[in-house]
Amino acid sequence: MVRAVVQFRPNNFPGKLIIVEGIDGSGKSTQLALLRQWLISRGLIVSFSEWNSSSMVRASTKQGKKKQMFTPTTFSLIHATDFADRLERNILPMLGAGAVVCADRYAFTAFARDVARGVSPDWVRNLYRMAVKPDIAFYFRVPLEVALKRILGGRASLKYYEAGMDLHLSSDIQESFALFQGRIRKEYESMAEEMGFDIIDATGTIQEQQKRVREIVARKLGDSLNRDILRLPVAGTPPTQ
Amino acid sequence: MNRSPLEYLSDPLPGVDIGNLPGKLIAIEGPDSVGRSTQVQRLRDWIEAHGHAVVHTGMARSALTKEGIRRAKSGHTLGPLTMALFYMADFADRLENVVIPALRAGFVVLTDRYFYSVVARAAARHQDGEWLERVAGFALVPHATFYLRAPVKEVVARVVCSQQQFDYWESGMDVPYGANRYESFVGYQERLMEILDGMGQRFGFIVVDATPSPEVIFGQLRAKIESLLDD
Repeated sequence: MVRAVVQFRPNNFPGKLIIVEGIDGSGKSTQLALLRQWLISRGLIVSFSEWNSSSMVRASTKQGKKKQMFTPTTFSLIHATDFADRLERNILPMLGAGAVVCADRYAFTAFARDVARGVSPDWVRNLYRMAVKPDIAFYFRVPLEVALKRILGGRASLKYYEAGMDLHLSSDIQESFALFQGRIRKEYESMAEEMGFDIIDATGTIQEQQKRVREIVARKLGDSLNRDILRLPVAGTPPTQ
Repeated sequence: MNRSPLEYLSDPLPGVDIGNLPGKLIAIEGPDSVGRSTQVQRLRDWIEAHGHAVVHTGMARSALTKEGIRRAKSGHTLGPLTMALFYMADFADRLENVVIPALRAGFVVLTDRYFYSVVARAAARHQDGEWLERVAGFALVPHATFYLRAPVKEVVARVVCSQQQFDYWESGMDVPYGANRYESFVGYQERLMEILDGMGQRFGFIVVDATPSPEVIFGQLRAKIESLLDD
């Protein structure tokens, strides 16, 4: 099937948008945290936005999860609502102000998860046409077994939707999680080219991966980071009135 | 739109079977305070008296989003995109859990507004209406959509008479369209109607003049729905 090419709105703002994607246990959040530290240490103003974290939408998401009220469509729409609130409240204004916005998961998470749940790829790509095109989209590629070992080794309990239990792939929650993550991984892999991901081998050490991440950021955004991005006032200099 | 009643506009709902839906879906659209709820109530009584079971639904009533939308609107930080998608989630939740099951059971479903208002409100807030229409592609085509239409002046008189104030959101004060709530209400509602007029042509709304008395309007609606029910 030929899928519609995603049409995000271009980033015409002075700020830059860097996002990370990957299945659970790919280590993307750790890498983004290290990248933020690096950018901040260079005096840049950095803003952070995390998937599924809007305080305005949280109550509905929580209720839907707790009472298992979601269908694939409403699951997708509630997460898009959450995304829209963060976009309007944080991402757009921060890009406008000239910050580097770092997002832990972006529209691609919906493209992978919602499609793994049976939502039409074209429909969900249209839904996120509201999103700004990232300047850099990192995809942390990891074999399923490695990610599963990291997640299932370190945490006791999986949640219903997180494990894709609504898909009835298996009545065993760990097995369901593994099957669901496998489907999500397949979606990520199949969109990697379409989306122009910068792919990081997430089996390497944390330091190796971070070195690679910083190289890519420096190469792709180096000049504009030095030129366009809002910087912290230099320490010791009183702010001008 | 050359779609038959109870077909999807463009995108099927995953995991939902719409193969056998003997019920009827009737939507009432129109601006705020035009008298929609009065008519829905009357229609309900009359259709039930006619021997058909009725389910009545309307915006922001879904179990999933009702409380969330109420809270979001009680503050002043709800943006137009977020509002539009919150209402779409509400619409989808009711469609899947109320409307389609009722249609499957042979009910007449009366919906006080459909997704058209969600699109119109977003477009009046400078969002991309075409984009949002595609988001609503999972909507079922109603058997009939009645568009109650009255000049904004008429609506203003009703609001002043019944509420003595203009609601913040119904006045589009988050855009806004004017320096005070009255001015903004007029500008916003005029814009909404303009957008609904355009959608009405594309989606085949039946325009009903909402300026006469409620009895007269009800008579018109009844005449048009009667034939539909006996199909």
